[in-house]
Amino acid sequence: MARRSLPALKELLKKSTNQCSGSLISTRSVTYMPRPGDGAPRPVTLVPGDGIGPLVTGAVEQVMEAMHAPVYFEKYEVHGDMKKVPEEVMDSIKKNKVCLKGGLATPMGGGVSSLNVQLRKELDLYASLVNCFNLPGLPTRHENVDIVVIRENTEGEYAGLEHEVVPGVVESLKVITKFCSERIAKYAFEYAYLNNRKKVTAVHKANIMKLADGLFLESCREVATKYPGIKYNEVIVDNCCMQLVSKPEQFDVMVTPNLYGNLVANTAAGIAGGTGVMPGGNVGADHAIFEQGASAGNVGNDKIVEQKKANPVALLLSSAMMLRHLQFPSFADRLETAVKRVILEGKYMTKDLGGTSTTQEVTDAVIAAID
Amino acid sequence: MATQLVRRVLGSQSNQILSATNLKPSSILPIARYFSADTTPIRATLFPGDGIGPEIAESVKQVFRTAEVPIEWEEHYVGTEVDPRTQSFLTWESLESVRRNGVGLKGPMATPIGKGHRSLNLTLRKELNLYANVRPCYSLPGYKTRYDDVNLITIRENTEGEYSGLEHQVVRGVVESLKIITRQASLRVAEYAFHYAKAHGRERVSAIHKANIMQRTDGLFLKCCREVAEKYPEIVYEEVVIDNCCMMLVKNPALFDVLVMPNLYGDIISDLCAGLIGGLGLTPSCNIGEGGIALAEAVHGSAPDIAGKNLANPTALLLSAVTMLRHLELHDKADRIQNAILNTIAEGKYRTADLGGSSTTTDFTKAICDHL
Repeated sequence: MARRSLPALKELLKKSTNQCSGSLISTRSVTYMPRPGDGAPRPVTLVPGDGIGPLVTGAVEQVMEAMHAPVYFEKYEVHGDMKKVPEEVMDSIKKNKVCLKGGLATPMGGGVSSLNVQLRKELDLYASLVNCFNLPGLPTRHENVDIVVIRENTEGEYAGLEHEVVPGVVESLKVITKFCSERIAKYAFEYAYLNNRKKVTAVHKANIMKLADGLFLESCREVATKYPGIKYNEVIVDNCCMQLVSKPEQFDVMVTPNLYGNLVANTAAGIAGGTGVMPGGNVGADHAIFEQGASAGNVGNDKIVEQKKANPVALLLSSAMMLRHLQFPSFADRLETAVKRVILEGKYMTKDLGGTSTTQEVTDAVIAAID
Repeated sequence: MATQLVRRVLGSQSNQILSATNLKPSSILPIARYFSADTTPIRATLFPGDGIGPEIAESVKQVFRTAEVPIEWEEHYVGTEVDPRTQSFLTWESLESVRRNGVGLKGPMATPIGKGHRSLNLTLRKELNLYANVRPCYSLPGYKTRYDDVNLITIRENTEGEYSGLEHQVVRGVVESLKIITRQASLRVAEYAFHYAKAHGRERVSAIHKANIMQRTDGLFLKCCREVAEKYPEIVYEEVVIDNCCMMLVKNPALFDVLVMPNLYGDIISDLCAGLIGGLGLTPSCNIGEGGIALAEAVHGSAPDIAGKNLANPTALLLSAVTMLRHLELHDKADRIQNAILNTIAEGKYRTADLGGSSTTTDFTKAICDHL
């Protein structure tokens, strides 16, 4: 009890002393009425991961601590070069249903499959969601970008079915099923509906892969008929990328098969400010893993790790998504507002955003900006 | 059928003989041509194509005439009936013409809808064995886009990968599509990429892949690239994962020089790069085939809505024609024409509607001729 009343007190004190300036002050919503017991702290599995992972998850831990957010972490060491995700980590995620994760490096061609993919498959996290939007205060080449990329996460090119037919000839299977396509289409439209989005765009290459991507489109079209309030259109993946770099404002929610989603999300993240600031997560029917939105396998280079200059913004925003997922909307809002405020002020930014700050300096700035 | 087979075998053999006698067709042959340029003009096949095609092809012919390029065009049109020998609207004679000349220029072609014939582009690609698609992407000075420091070359493997066309339904609701990567095709495109980099004074070749997920297919592609890279120690070789590549391209395209990649990635990345510099209407493209065949093309659509209205932008086809000249090693002509095009666009007085101007195709072409 004491733990929970402390932040309230702190806030009251803060409010009276520094009435912050500008429009960024969040008005407290009055519509959220928690059920009794909703305030109990929740366990969350934490996987710091490789490279910059421990740095940025460390930042989240500190911020959560400072906010006295009602979550506590069960921390596990997992690294990209492991054969598979350790049993106790899986058990923990299955028990907690929610996980926060830094990047896991994917080894190249060593016969070890990506742990990121393994987690998604084993927990059936069929939807990957990346939110790409302009942050005020962050100069980019494009404005008015606000795109949500929803990507099928379990099949397609990532099926992992490959073999050598004869020496020098290799085949890789791309598998598309009606079940998974329908499931992701439903998720995308449901997401658009619940989040007041106006348009869903299906990305495909059905002019070449007539059957496989054709099946995906067919499923999307079927689902689209059930949501008359949401506009639906289709775009070929190469044209999609070209449009993204010239007129990104035309896109809203995008639904894609596995590989295209990977490319589209990274392109969209790039035009909106870089993968260092884009939040995202992977969700299934039961579980959810929150991580840096784009480039889960990209864990930064040694130099960034050594100098401790990784950008924690993406993971901080992802953990705001996580708080919302856990039904703590006010904590999520406070965290998001604080991060946005730090970026708008522009004093503490890491190198990828044109600043010189370290991870710790950005984290401290965010903690200071929490009201 | 039998005669057709014989013909095909003969056709491909004569090609091989040609390439066997001239060990490096791209280096020896054009020089010989160059010296004899005054007396015998080089013959090149021209497919004006559909829609705006004839207009922009006319523009190319006019510019080439003014620049006194020693090229004689052999014009071929898409037929109105399916040629049984090619199973397509393209006639066997057209294909033979490209094979004989070794160089060609192609306007936009719209494949008529219907069954029983192959797409025109696919026919050309398969019959002429066009294995590499090369697209130089550079920012046009004076035409402002959000990216102004683009100067890169995308080289795309064009014959296999995801575009194998092998698909089937396993059971109801489950579809499989095959991606094929072969050592032979990967080596061939890698070899061309490094050859191109060296010939054009480029410093770096980046292989784009997704070998962390498709470990064997893309792994094989990378292995082939590495093998070739060893033969070119003066050129820096690096490997970039496709998703990271997309992100880097939109954040800072100046990071890249020459990119070589399998089919689908090449399709996506080359269009993305075209987007960076202002669209397909400004992007030249050239296809390289076995035995030194080069078919330059405009990759934009045939724009039937503005066809015949004298509004089309011929830049892509003109720049493609320039890459064709470079392939023929007519570098001074190529430079002159390219500079004339770039200066005309940079000056901004004559621009077509798609670049925010109001000039007609003929005015624009005339302006380029004046700049020569």
